[in-house]
Amino acid sequence: MKLKGQVHKYGANVDTDVIIPARYLNVSDPLELAKHCMEDIDAQFVKKMKPGDIIVADTNFGCGSSREHAPLSIKSAGVSCVIAKTFARIFFRNAINIGLPLLECVECVEKTKNGDTLEVDLAAGKILNLSTGLVFTAKPYPDFMSELIKAGGLINYTKKRLA
Amino acid sequence: MMTLAEKILAAHSGKKKVIAGEFINCKVDLVMANDVTAPIAINEFRKLGVKVFNPKKIVFVPDHFTPNKDINSAEQVKMIREFARETGVGFFEMGRVGIEHVLLPDKGIVLPGDVVIGADSHTCTYGAIGAFSTGMGSTDIGSAMATGDIWMKVPHTIKFVFRGKLNKWVSGKDLILYTIGQIGVDGALYASMEFAGEAIENLSMSGRFTIANMAIEAGAKAGLFKVDKKTLEYLAPRAKRKFKVYEPDADAEYSQIFEWDASKIEPMVAFPHLPSNTKPISKVGEVRIDQSVIGSCTNGRLEDLQIAAKIFKGKKVHPEVRCIILPGTQEIYLEAMKLGLVETFVKAGAVFSTPTCGPCLGGHMGILAKGERAISTTNRNFVGRMGSPKSEVYLANPAIAAASAIAGRIISPEDL
Ligand code: SF4
Repeated sequence: MKLKGQVHKYGANVDTDVIIPARYLNVSDPLELAKHCMEDIDAQFVKKMKPGDIIVADTNFGCGSSREHAPLSIKSAGVSCVIAKTFARIFFRNAINIGLPLLECVECVEKTKNGDTLEVDLAAGKILNLSTGLVFTAKPYPDFMSELIKAGGLINYTKKRLA
Repeated sequence: MMTLAEKILAAHSGKKKVIAGEFINCKVDLVMANDVTAPIAINEFRKLGVKVFNPKKIVFVPDHFTPNKDINSAEQVKMIREFARETGVGFFEMGRVGIEHVLLPDKGIVLPGDVVIGADSHTCTYGAIGAFSTGMGSTDIGSAMATGDIWMKVPHTIKFVFRGKLNKWVSGKDLILYTIGQIGVDGALYASMEFAGEAIENLSMSGRFTIANMAIEAGAKAGLFKVDKKTLEYLAPRAKRKFKVYEPDADAEYSQIFEWDASKIEPMVAFPHLPSNTKPISKVGEVRIDQSVIGSCTNGRLEDLQIAAKIFKGKKVHPEVRCIILPGTQEIYLEAMKLGLVETFVKAGAVFSTPTCGPCLGGHMGILAKGERAISTTNRNFVGRMGSPKSEVYLANPAIAAASAIAGRIISPEDL
């Protein structure tokens, strides 16, 4: 599957409180959560982003709370994938579980600017920067994670196990 | 050979030995979620169309917005309550509920050697009593509610050794803030932290819970302590089932070992907006505050309230400061009453609240306005954590938070 979108770039340690502030956690409807995605780090994010756009960030993206509301709000806002140097552990699990693609790639983060357009080949782990022509390879997933992703997330994986 | 974390994980995955980085399927002794995370977990669980694996090993603790702060949070808890009644899983009703990470060990629901997963990042708190406990998301919890197990990557272990004796006013909170200040908020990413050394052995259980609680603030999966005499004393009136004590092997493999002299550590303050942004109290300078919050799963235990009360005794909260004190559980609330702490707090002009997460996550019960600044004994000072994205949170121990409430600026009790 190929994803294509414009880059919204952020720094290190983007935490789950700025991705979806706790004042919106009294609901769990993904579409409600999507309205406030990234609100406390970039109040204009939801307004300016287009479906398919890509978040690019430095290290430790998604640190903080275990709230699945964070990847849910990003996914339902229409972000196609998140690329970072590293991800916080719980955020990584949550995103894979709900089917929000994440890619780890230090070089891509360093050489990509806000507003660039990226094309991502998920299966191959290849990232093409259409604005600069540069190509990057993301860190491959461990086998077990690929299996989870192929199954369509954790609940589908568990369904198969229980069947 | 194996670290403490590896020992527990091996025993729960039916293996003789596990190796850091290996993917395992692990049996769990307890699955937990709160009022924010349980609704999604329940919805995901329902998609599986099966019964819960064991209602006695699942517990919901609606503590974040309790007493329900608005219609939406009341609806969330109602849904959890109905699910609990239907399936027989554990549920703590208002008036009996406390902050999950204080409540579960205090009730003897979590015990040493257990593997616990919770849909709350601070589930790592129970490492203080030698349990392997870690935070996950709602979907993980929903799946484990059906199967009683979970996939995990075995974390590598980083050992932290604190030699020497603690200075006056230095607590578990300062050791963990110091640690995070040294290694950064991702310094233990994907790792298990193991704490040892003379200063740790001499630390109270409260102090150990505080340290384990904030392991996640260094990016860790868990933060573990060996079970010792103090742990067993803590457990004696609480444990209602048998438990197994695991020890790290003498030749366990650590990915890194840090050794620090605890006697050189001062009370620490984490400046906005990261827990790693720490300064020793002597270097804080002039920082005026509008609010002081004492409590939470980090520092809402009886000992924390006792330290604060000692400082408030006969003193008043600064006229321009609001002070909110939150006990971790109803039992701690009662003890605080019996010991006269509540009277001290109220006479000083502080709010004494029912147990709730409340302001810790910017939920309710003391939200900050734009431009306001709080000192807090909680664990996170991210942008907007306690309210307005234009507000600021400084993290410290209960003694500093109490002294600062009286002075109106961040100071040590020494300088009151
Ligand atoms: S007290 Fe704060 S950190 Fe602890 S569980 Fe509640 S919201 Fe989370």
